[in-house]
Amino acid sequence: MLKLTKYILYDITRNKVIIAYTLFLFIISFSMFQMEENSSKAMMSLLNIVLIVLPLVSLVFTTIHYYNSYEFIELMLSQPMSRKRILISEFSGISTSLLLAFLIGVGIPVLIFAPGSIGYSILFTGMSLTLVFTSLAFLASVISRDKARGIGFSLLLWFYFAIIYDGLVLLILFNFSDYPLEKLTLLLSSLNPIDLGRVFIMLKMDESALMGYTGALYKDFLGSGTGMLFVSAVMVLWIVMPLWLALQKFRRKDL
Amino acid sequence: MVIRLEHIRKKFRRLQALDDVNVKFESGQVISLVGPNGSGKTTLIKSILGMVHPDSGKVFVDDEWINGDPSYREKIGYMPQVGRYPDNMKIGQLFNMLLHLRKPIENRIDRDLIQQFELEKIFEKPMRTLSGGTRQKVSAAIAFLFDPAILILDEPTAGLDPLASEILKEKILEEKKKDKMVLISSHILSDLEELTSHIMYMQEGKMLFFKDIASLKEETGEIRLGKAVAGIMKGKEYNNSWISRMLNPRPTEKIY
Repeated sequence: MLKLTKYILYDITRNKVIIAYTLFLFIISFSMFQMEENSSKAMMSLLNIVLIVLPLVSLVFTTIHYYNSYEFIELMLSQPMSRKRILISEFSGISTSLLLAFLIGVGIPVLIFAPGSIGYSILFTGMSLTLVFTSLAFLASVISRDKARGIGFSLLLWFYFAIIYDGLVLLILFNFSDYPLEKLTLLLSSLNPIDLGRVFIMLKMDESALMGYTGALYKDFLGSGTGMLFVSAVMVLWIVMPLWLALQKFRRKDL
Repeated sequence: MVIRLEHIRKKFRRLQALDDVNVKFESGQVISLVGPNGSGKTTLIKSILGMVHPDSGKVFVDDEWINGDPSYREKIGYMPQVGRYPDNMKIGQLFNMLLHLRKPIENRIDRDLIQQFELEKIFEKPMRTLSGGTRQKVSAAIAFLFDPAILILDEPTAGLDPLASEILKEKILEEKKKDKMVLISSHILSDLEELTSHIMYMQEGKMLFFKDIASLKEETGEIRLGKAVAGIMKGKEYNNSWISRMLNPRPTEKIY
């Protein structure tokens, strides 16, 4: 299975978009640490980049790459290779290259300027989000027939997870503020990997003291060892489920 | 080696791409799959390759019903209509990758076309820099690379220059002599005339006839293949406007 991944990886790491993305991340992270005296402030800005830009780039790049490789996938299908193997090789090739871009672009500056638990959790969240949104992009591309629809679907997913979802959660919290909602908010944030990542990192920072009773509950749960386990498990689910659905769909698809 | 299609039907939304196709191809035959655009030629090829799942009916390759297991494709070499390869991969790497993935026995590797198309000279060029015709040459070389018993070529000469097209024809003739099965889809009849042993004619997803050349000529009394096909069509009053267009091409249309 890894043989095909190796060649796909070779191709993508020479892709101009991936190189530009790596440079962009590197310059942004580097300059943030340079500009802010206080490294925790720099981390805060970096957090926003990780939560907004990473999912967007993962989604759009993966979708476009899938459609550009369509004829190549066809060629691979005419070889004695199973569809599962081909799709998983594509997934591992793309996700590995996006992970590499993130680790070079953000990982190196973080390890130089702010090694520590906050830094590591940013790296953990960034890597998880890259995998989650690559997986979601595969689902979107396999479901949609043409490139325009596929990219549209991917952008819609990004809007939903990065912007619309928070609005919906606020709406719920505001309307039902008379009830005890602490456990519900915990559940709601696991339904959105971006939110989950944000909460996970915020709790490592001093700012979590401002989050009141809900913050205390979060800290109690997510700050503990089980919390770490819980976050990892939810992230793994978010990676595996869309990819599994995409595989099921891809098996029955006409190419 | 036999390919058998039994009652294959396939519908894409409103378009009936294949409508109850029954046919049997055998080793030693060079079959021209002819028909107007959108008549279901590519869909037929793709259902043999397992890329399209028929709504009903079965495809047998070498008496095995193809049902998910990809191993039967070892016997098939496929040249697609449009070949596109990863932008930054080099030509040499593409061939290495395929050899690496398939691990064939060394003396079963057929590098004839790589040599004749002089692809080795450009092994270091990345795929994105290649012209459409060169990509077609790469696709052709890949189809023949593993010396498969069945060759499926989808519009093979469409983007090739006359010289390359001639090399490919020679190669097909050579394989025919080795008792292989060659399935060629094309809408340019004159292009295939010297190679073909059988003609399968499709229109609107239906197979209208599958005949060997000798009986086709006998029935119509025509010597030229294109005219023979047109003769049959006229007799049966099918929509044959595209055939007469092909036989009397306007000077601007290229026909090699």
